[in-house]
Amino acid sequence: MEFISQHPVLVVSLVKIAALLFIVMTALAYITWLERKVIAHIQSRWGPYYVGAHGLLQPLADGLKFMFKEDVTPPVSDRIVYTLAPILALSLALTAIALIPFGPPSVQVLGQPVFIVSNVDIGLLFLFAITSIGVYGVALAGWSSNSKYPLMGGLRSSAQMISYEVSLTISVVGVLLLAGTLNFNGIIESQRGYWLHFIPRWHLIPQIVGFLCYLTAAVAETNRIPFDLPEAETELVAGFHTEYSSFKFAMFFMAEYANMVTVSCLAAILFLGGWLSPFPDSWKWQLYLPGAGLLALGAYCAWDTAVNMKRIARLQLGVVTVLAVGGGLLCILIPGAPEVIQGPFWFTSKILAILFFYIWMRGTLPRFRYDQLMSFGWKLLLPVSLANLVITALVIVWPLLVRHG
Amino acid sequence: MSLPFLIFFACALLAVVGAVRLILAREPIHSALALILLMMSLAVLYLLLGAPFIAAVQILVYAGAIMVLFVFVIMVLNAGVEERTDFSKIAKYAGLPLAFFLLLWIAHWLAHAPAGSAIATGAGAPTVAFSTVELSEQLFRPYLFPFEATSILILIAILGALVLARKEE
Repeated sequence: MEFISQHPVLVVSLVKIAALLFIVMTALAYITWLERKVIAHIQSRWGPYYVGAHGLLQPLADGLKFMFKEDVTPPVSDRIVYTLAPILALSLALTAIALIPFGPPSVQVLGQPVFIVSNVDIGLLFLFAITSIGVYGVALAGWSSNSKYPLMGGLRSSAQMISYEVSLTISVVGVLLLAGTLNFNGIIESQRGYWLHFIPRWHLIPQIVGFLCYLTAAVAETNRIPFDLPEAETELVAGFHTEYSSFKFAMFFMAEYANMVTVSCLAAILFLGGWLSPFPDSWKWQLYLPGAGLLALGAYCAWDTAVNMKRIARLQLGVVTVLAVGGGLLCILIPGAPEVIQGPFWFTSKILAILFFYIWMRGTLPRFRYDQLMSFGWKLLLPVSLANLVITALVIVWPLLVRHG
Repeated sequence: MSLPFLIFFACALLAVVGAVRLILAREPIHSALALILLMMSLAVLYLLLGAPFIAAVQILVYAGAIMVLFVFVIMVLNAGVEERTDFSKIAKYAGLPLAFFLLLWIAHWLAHAPAGSAIATGAGAPTVAFSTVELSEQLFRPYLFPFEATSILILIAILGALVLARKEE
């Protein structure tokens, strides 16, 4: 008890980390479900359907399957590095999420902000530092498997991540110049306010070029289609994780999705105003949007329960209906709840929109060729993001230059 | 014992372990990993000294960029296990005692630092974190010339690398 009273920050942080880990892990599982469903519908299929209503229990079944599969370590592999690689990949991907503010710092419990684990003064730089060492997970996995295809996948991946990390970092510096701080909450606060009383002052509008560069580089950083050459199955079996099975494979899988969430969070913070609402404060009805959304979901599930043929699916949908309606009513009726829920609601909506865009791209675009990938990164993306940076800097400095002659 | 004190010793120990493994490991990749461990521990030490910007840049530049290139090159060349030769005689009979005496001398110097001097009281070590704004004001006002000169030096190095790597026509 003495320890707790001496280090309140430590204890509160541990509780927040545990809660965040639980939420993020569940979210990661359901992002895989979302991805399979969306892609299936793009391709006129149903996607997961049989495990639970609408395949809602599919992530759970997949997780159990991963845990009970045999864990094979190739005898020729470097055992220590082979085990270290997935651990590095997943732990670094999850560490990055601790820096993300999911809501305003004004919501506090015991004097500690609730919606962020670690409000670092140099948040953005620290996030880039963590993601920059994320390459090792992939590179070491490729090397330690001691096999041709993983090595090729690891090499490709390192080359690709090094190349696109430059553009990723430079495309963000324009926002830094506008915000004047590296702190995430500071960057979000710098986007408060409205042009013409209703257009939000997000950095998206002045930095539209930076935003497009960021999105492109971010897809390449997370090794997804159209930049998924490290695991191009037609050429490399499964790339760097060919030799991995069971839970080690699942860790790479989760790391990829965690990285997706991180870059989406970063895009939302830097360009889309983070936890700020897109509507002016005077529009009071927006306070009831999260509750109304949950009630609408409940209504849809109720209808689905009524028309579904399978008894077990009706039971599951009934539970979802009760949860959604109950949550929606709580969000509206508890005094103060609509205000508290605003920040996380908008932030989550923005992240989901960007994730949907990612999945949409995966369902639409073919894969790049390797030389196309390199020339696109170095000869187009890097010059454009550099030009964006220089022009932003000139526009900011211009009034000063004019004033001082 | 305070928490920063414990963290300092943990990281100092990790840094020493990393440095020793870097030299003793026979696989080049293991050496590279040990060097990364060393750099990460140094970054935490910078954090303890109240320099978060330097800590983040240490990870970003050294562990995240330079070492990734090292690992990449080792993988491209597919470098095999190092061959081990016997220790050279000079290293054995002159090097080890000299290293021992160097450590002894540093320990003696630390232990007998005059009371009240910076090294005995820990003065000079910042108690609050040095913000990025303050750092950049230092960098771009009093130290502007060395800063720009360094950037030109780096540019020259890049050009030199390009010239060296160009194919003969």
